[in-house]
Amino acid sequence: MVKRLVALALLAVFGLVFATLLTGYAPDAELNQTARYYAERTAADLGAANIVTAIIVTYRGLDTLGEVTVLFLAAAIVGLVLAEGAHDRSRMRPPVGELLTTGTRFLVPMILLLGAYVFVNGHLTPGGGFQGGAIIASAVLLMLLADPLRHFSHRLISAIESLAGILYVAIGIAGLFLAGGFLDNRILPLGNLGELASAGAIPLIYSLIGLKVGAEFSSMLASLSETEEP
Amino acid sequence: MSYLLPALVGLVCFAMLAAAFVAIRGAGMAIAILAAGLVSLMASVLFLVLAAPDVAMTEAAIGSGLTTFLLFFVLGRVRGGEKEEGGHG
Repeated sequence: MVKRLVALALLAVFGLVFATLLTGYAPDAELNQTARYYAERTAADLGAANIVTAIIVTYRGLDTLGEVTVLFLAAAIVGLVLAEGAHDRSRMRPPVGELLTTGTRFLVPMILLLGAYVFVNGHLTPGGGFQGGAIIASAVLLMLLADPLRHFSHRLISAIESLAGILYVAIGIAGLFLAGGFLDNRILPLGNLGELASAGAIPLIYSLIGLKVGAEFSSMLASLSETEEP
Repeated sequence: MSYLLPALVGLVCFAMLAAAFVAIRGAGMAIAILAAGLVSLMASVLFLVLAAPDVAMTEAAIGSGLTTFLLFFVLGRVRGGEKEEGGHG
């Protein structure tokens, strides 16, 4: 009873806080100083058509490196915890059905293509490395659903993952020597705004992030599917 | 035209709340997981309406795609033990 009252009181406080925020909210008539800088200078400074990508990969590139590191740690810990439950996968399982098998064969190449498109075009269209990586992992998920006994090479996945991580940091360090600072994208020519090969190192960095994130999610899914059935 | 956007946002918010209620009070774990996935899907529609397509893509791919699968996967692994907690199922 007391527990329920405390929960209700907490909910009421939350409701009050959000209600105050909502009633006091008025949309800004114009961009504030930081936002205006990004909106006006991104195309000229970095050559990226998608301002969100320019902020994530270059202006706030260090934060993104941190995010990628956190994701790497999460994948590593999942692998470590689930490796205990790995088992021999010789047992037969019932077939999963014609529809899923055929649908998977049809859809997986297209999903992989969409994922690659999303992270390669991160500097032009919405999306980027994280979204493209998650899309690629969903293709791996579909393959696992169609054939639960399928084995993905953990060595290959971790090789892709490590290589992408090393290259990402190497590009960042190259920015220190060849351009304005760590993870500066101007180590490569900026090109024409709106073209695929533009915005300096941003397409390269986002492709590496896409591969890294896709490999991390895939390794988590593969380790999960290799755990023992109860 | 000016009423269209708030009406759409309101509709999506209402659908989110309804799906969240089903997720908490619904009959059975599978329906609860599907409803939770629906909340994420509605959230991604909301992000799209509010002109944040980058966030909408992340939410759709991870929130409603991978998370729903993950929960179903875990549900399949713990099947049989879910009723022993004495909760609302």
